[in-house]
Amino acid sequence: MDFTFSSEQRELREQARSFLEAHFPPSRVAQLAESEAGWDPDIWPELAQLGWLGVSVPEDLGGAGLTFIEEAILIEEFGRSLFPGPYLSTIGFARPALSGNQLAQVAAGSRRWSACLGESNLVPDLAFVDQVVLLRGDQLLAVAPEGRPATSIDSTRRMVALSSSQGEVLASGPPAQELAQAMRLRLATALALEAVGVAQRVLEWGLEHVRTREQFGRPIGSYQAVSHPLVDTFVEVELARSLAYWAAWCISVDDPQLGLAAAAAKSAAAEAAVHACERVIQVHGGMGFTWESPLHRYYKRALWIEHFGGSPGQHRRRLASQLLAGGGSTAESQPAHRGG
Amino acid sequence: MDLRDSAEEAAFRGHLRAWIAANLPASLRGQGTRTEQLEPLRKWSAALSKAGYVGLTWPQEYGGGGGSHALDAILLQELARADAPQHVGAIGLGMAGPTIMVHGTEAQKSQHLRPILDAEEIWCQGFSEPGAGSDLASVRTRSELRGDTFVVNGQKVWSSYAHIADWCILVTLSDPAAPRYHGLTYMLVDMHSKGVEVRPLRQITGEADFNEIFLTEVEVPRANVLGEIGEGWQVAMTTLLHERATLGFALTGLLDANVQGLLRLAGEHPGEANELLGEIAREWIQLQALQLTAYRSLGELDRTGMPGPEGSAIKLAWSESNQRVTKLARFLLGEEGVVDDGFWNYQQLRSRGNTIEAGTSEILRNIIAERVLGLPRSR
Repeated sequence: MDFTFSSEQRELREQARSFLEAHFPPSRVAQLAESEAGWDPDIWPELAQLGWLGVSVPEDLGGAGLTFIEEAILIEEFGRSLFPGPYLSTIGFARPALSGNQLAQVAAGSRRWSACLGESNLVPDLAFVDQVVLLRGDQLLAVAPEGRPATSIDSTRRMVALSSSQGEVLASGPPAQELAQAMRLRLATALALEAVGVAQRVLEWGLEHVRTREQFGRPIGSYQAVSHPLVDTFVEVELARSLAYWAAWCISVDDPQLGLAAAAAKSAAAEAAVHACERVIQVHGGMGFTWESPLHRYYKRALWIEHFGGSPGQHRRRLASQLLAGGGSTAESQPAHRGG
Repeated sequence: MDLRDSAEEAAFRGHLRAWIAANLPASLRGQGTRTEQLEPLRKWSAALSKAGYVGLTWPQEYGGGGGSHALDAILLQELARADAPQHVGAIGLGMAGPTIMVHGTEAQKSQHLRPILDAEEIWCQGFSEPGAGSDLASVRTRSELRGDTFVVNGQKVWSSYAHIADWCILVTLSDPAAPRYHGLTYMLVDMHSKGVEVRPLRQITGEADFNEIFLTEVEVPRANVLGEIGEGWQVAMTTLLHERATLGFALTGLLDANVQGLLRLAGEHPGEANELLGEIAREWIQLQALQLTAYRSLGELDRTGMPGPEGSAIKLAWSESNQRVTKLARFLLGEEGVVDDGFWNYQQLRSRGNTIEAGTSEILRNIIAERVLGLPRSR
C-alpha cells in the first residue's frame, strides 16, 4: 500500500507548475477571459510537444503509455492556474469514448474534443474543439461542434448549447452506456482534481495576505477569527485531495469502487473549493471584492465545478442510496482493496 | 501509488490473519481494550509481541520490526476485522517508547523498550494539570533535586491508564525561576513508588477512563530524567509529535465502527434516514477522506522520516465528524432516543470529549495555523 506519488510524478507536477506559472499568470488568464477568442490556441501544439496530450495514450499511437495518475497531476495543475482551454473536455471528459486513430490525433494535438451526456445540452469549451461526443438514446455519436453560445458563469470555461444531433456512431447499446458511465465518473474525478488545484491556489493567496496585511498594529493572520477559517480550508482541501487522488487511482487501475470514489471526491472537493474562495475573499476585505483581484475568477470556476456534472447534494444522495442498498457492509465501506 | 497490498504486505496480512484466528482467546473477542480484564489483555499483548506483531515500525536494534507504517495500518485493520483487542500499552508504544528512543540513555532504552513491547510495562502520561491544560508550559508539579534524587510534589489530571500503569512520563517544574519553557524536566516515574496516589475521575458517561494522579514527596532517581534537566519542554514536544503522527490512523478505526453502525441504523429507520441521506453520505465520505489522508501521511513518514502536514488535520476533522455521526444516529432513533440503547447514548456523550482530549480543537487550529500554515502567533 503506497499512497504517495513517485519521484517522476512529482517532477511532472513541478514541470507543469512552472510551465503554467510562466505562460498563464493571473494577468494573462484575465486577458484571455475577457478576449473574444477565450483562449490561446497556439498553446495546444506546445502541450502536444510536452507530451501532455498523450499521457495515457498507448505508445504505438504516439502517446506516453502512462496512466490516469499522471493526467490527474496535470488536471490539478491546470485547475490551479485556471487554464482556459479544452484540456479538461478532451482528457478529463471525452477520452473514454475515443480509440485508435482518434487517440493518435489527440496525442498529436490535431484533434480536440468535448462531450455531452444529456444532463443538459450545455457543452464546455465547445467553441475550442473539433468534435463532440454525444450520448443520444443508446448511442454515442461524434457530432460537429455547433450550437448557441450561452454566457458561462466562468469566462475561462465557455459554454455552448449543442444543436447538432447527427454524426458518426462511436458505440451503441450496452457498450455505449458503459462508455458514457466511464465518461461521467472521469468527469467527476477530473473536476474534483481541478477543484483541489483551485482551492490550493486560493488558500495560498489567503495565507500570503493575512501574513502581511496589518491592522491595529499586527498582521491580521494573528487574529484567530481570521486564521481559524483558513485552517478549516486547509483541512477541507487536504481531505478532498485524498479523495480526488483515490478516485484518480481507481481510474488508473479500473477499480470497481470508482463510482463511490468519484462521487465522494466531486462533492467534497467542489465544496472545499467554493468555501476556500469565499473565506479568502472575506479575509481580503474590500480588495477581495474587486474585479482587479484574481479571486473572483477562481470563485467562478469553483461555482462552475460545483454545478457541472452533478451537484454535491446529488452526488451525496446517490451515494447514500448505494451504501444503504448495499446494507452498509464492511466491504462496501472500505476505501481500497485491502488484500482480501 | 497503489492502494492495494504489495506482495510483502499481502503475505504479512495472510500470516497475521491466520495467527489471530489461531491465538485470540474467545473471551477477548469483541471486548475492546477494556482494562477490567487486565491480565488476559496483558497476556494477549505479550503473545502479539512474541509473534513479532508489536513495534512493527520500531528500529530492529530496539526489538522492533524496522518495517513501514503500512504494516501498522494492516495490523490495526486485521485486529478490528477479528474483533480483537489492540495491545494494552498504547501510551508506551505510541508516546513513551518513541520519546525514549530519541532522548533516552542506553540504560533507559535497555530498561524500558523491550518491556513496553512485551506489555510488561504499561505506561501513562502525566502532562496535564488542573492549571495547565492547553498551556502545558505552565505546569506546577514541582521537582526538586536533593543529592541524586528528585523529590516530586503535585497533581496531574486526565491521565488514561494511570490506574493500571507501571510507569509514567511526567513533566515537572524543576526551576521556577527559569524563563518560560526552560524550567521543565521530563522524567520516567515508577507508578509503584511511595507517594503516588491514583484516583479515578468520573466522566459525563458515568464511567471512569481517566484519572487524577497525586504525587506527594515521590522520590525519582536522577537517572530517570529523560533528556537534560531543564529541557523537558523539547522532550515533551517529541512525545506530542509522535502522538499526532500515528494517532490519526487509530482514530479512523473508531470512526469506521460508528459509521458502520450509523448505516445499519439508517437501514432500520428508513423513514428518518430518507430525510438525512445527504448528511449520512457526508460522514461516510469524511471517513474515507480521513483514512486516505492517514495513508498519505504515513506514506510521507516512510518516505521522508517526517509526517506530512496533512496528518495534523486528521485529529481535528475526526473529532468533529465523530460528534456529527453520533448526533445523526440519535436523530435516526427519533423518540426512542430518550431511552438509553446502551450504545448511541454512550457514543454521543463520549464524543463530546473528542474535541477536548489530545489537544482541544482550538489549540489544534492554532498549531496548524502557526506550524503548518506559517501564520503569525496568535498570543
